Amino acid sequence: MEKFTQLAGTAVALRRDNVDTDQVIPARFLKISRAEGLGDALFRDLRFDQNGKPRPDFPMNDPARKGASILIGRRNFGVGSSREAAVYALVDHGFRCVVATSFGDIFAGNSVNNGLVAAIVSEEDIEKLLSAVEQTGRAEVDLEAQTIKSGNYVVPFTIDPARKTRLINGWDELDLTAQHKDKIAAFAVKDRAARPWAVPRV
Amino acid sequence: MTQPLTLFDKIWAPHEILKADNGLSLLWVDRHYVHEGSFQGFDKVEARNEKVARPDLTFAIADHYVPTSHGRVFNDPSLKKMVTTLVANTDKHGVMLMGLDDPRQGIVHVVGPEQGLTLPGLVIVCGDSHTATHGALGAIAIGIGASEVSHVLLTQTFWQKKPNRMRVTVDGRLGPGIGAKDIALSIIARIGTNGAQGHGVEYAGGAIRGLTQEGRLTLCNLAIESGARTGMVAPDETTFAYIKGRPFAPKGADFDRAVEVWQNLPSDPDAEFDREVSLDASAIAPVVTWGTSPEDTLPIDAAVPDPATVDDPDKAKQMQGALDYMGLSPRQKLTDIRVDRVFIGSCTNSRIEDLRAAAAVLAGRKAKVPGLVSAGSTVVKHQAEQEGLDKIFTEAGLTWGESGCSMCIGINGDLVPPGERCASTTNRNFRGRQGPGARTHLMSPAMVAAAAITGHLADVRPMLTGRS
Repeated sequence: MEKFTQLAGTAVALRRDNVDTDQVIPARFLKISRAEGLGDALFRDLRFDQNGKPRPDFPMNDPARKGASILIGRRNFGVGSSREAAVYALVDHGFRCVVATSFGDIFAGNSVNNGLVAAIVSEEDIEKLLSAVEQTGRAEVDLEAQTIKSGNYVVPFTIDPARKTRLINGWDELDLTAQHKDKIAAFAVKDRAARPWAVPRV
Repeated sequence: MTQPLTLFDKIWAPHEILKADNGLSLLWVDRHYVHEGSFQGFDKVEARNEKVARPDLTFAIADHYVPTSHGRVFNDPSLKKMVTTLVANTDKHGVMLMGLDDPRQGIVHVVGPEQGLTLPGLVIVCGDSHTATHGALGAIAIGIGASEVSHVLLTQTFWQKKPNRMRVTVDGRLGPGIGAKDIALSIIARIGTNGAQGHGVEYAGGAIRGLTQEGRLTLCNLAIESGARTGMVAPDETTFAYIKGRPFAPKGADFDRAVEVWQNLPSDPDAEFDREVSLDASAIAPVVTWGTSPEDTLPIDAAVPDPATVDDPDKAKQMQGALDYMGLSPRQKLTDIRVDRVFIGSCTNSRIEDLRAAAAVLAGRKAKVPGLVSAGSTVVKHQAEQEGLDKIFTEAGLTWGESGCSMCIGINGDLVPPGERCASTTNRNFRGRQGPGARTHLMSPAMVAAAAITGHLADVRPMLTGRS
């Protein structure tokens, strides 16, 4: 997994609460394998109308925001379906950091597994950040310091410390678990004896 | 004196293999349910050239992409490929599959409990956000992403930060015609779609105890729509009676021993929760959603809200956006909203009691709009046919379909056409959820039946007079 320390790039503001993962990637694109790439499906029905014409009022369609790597949302980003394809679509489109006042739990977990920073800022700061990014079109993210800067504003963000460490080091979860292989095996044996009823009766 | 524990704590502790310095716990998984959408997880296993660690604890079900409205014929080869890929992956790794032609096939969150695979005291995961459904039997059931699916396939474990504990207590008596769906949506309306974020929720109180096991499954199914990591109900005699005799459940002396363990699972009387919310069941009305989030829930006798009354300009704009998408006007009476079709099905409301509730309203009446009824499992479908419910639906003018996720998510091709309005027993009224441009109103099976008969959103209660 790619390491994340600092990032300076084009930023885009999405002034919406409850952007669910059905909006991030509509279900009809869930058949696409990761190898094919899911970037084109990102926000498909928000970005384009039914005839495939870009919607002019959708912030990502502003030519000045092309190649954006930082997305500023609002309350409750990434709620709903557990589809990791929502994170694949963001990452494949070039995003490395999403900022919001809260995230869907599963989305936040999926993010860290793909090197995407899900940064939480306060309700007051998100409004400042949205306005700043709308003006400047850029932001800088410092994961170590847990700050996001845009124009004259520097706002702090929170992220689970364990997730932060994984992102900074680019650690894959499976590699971490591999260290505990013996403990898992021992647990399985002991648990089987302790809870025989828990084994499905096939 | 030992510290009083919650139901959640009592299940978490014996599943914790270790707790790392970073605060994350490595948990043992008792059941891993996979479906066609889990292919990304299998792809990662392939990429590492490894095998599934515990095929005996992994159960596959074909539900998301299976045809449901026109027999079992695939109209699109790309959908068929999703099912054949699941067959290939489960074959290769020796995982039991309840596939398209299996009499046990159905929606994973209906089939798990129905087959006795889901039991109290277990930790259950599935690459689907509605996994909390299984918590209705007193289990910790958590929806996970594709990377975590591959992690569980390879290790039978997953990492979790222990969530905070929240208790939602619903006391009092539910009125006639009001059920688990109304309770669940009312809770979401009260606390919001992120109201339970970071929490494991236990639903408690007299009104919850009074729910049938199937009602509790509906309730826990919607836990994710309030942002909860999981939802659960303490197991009791209702639960034990439901489990007894199911195919994969413990039998004989094993069952009795299991019940002894399960009886100790309910939260201790003095157990503390990080957050408490309570609702009065007698104040819960039949509800419907008007907008594009499950928190946009109102009693059926209310009117569409007016963005002009909202102070925050961004919120007002967002509300106006939802009304534009839904094709509604501010202050319009909810009962004046005409519907184009109805859907009865999904992991939320497709069990036999749901079908009976809808049929009780539809019996002897005609639907003014077309609609699809998709039983939650093939077992439910056959039972409904034995009870003659299929006849009630078809005589009312609705289509009696096959079992699967169907029109809830529409990825099997059963879509609500653009701009059409659907009264639906499902779980999400998100934009485009039932198809691009589709407009979804969530409600209970009885309320969907009422909408079908009248052609608009309607209060089911007067229609129940003289019926059971």
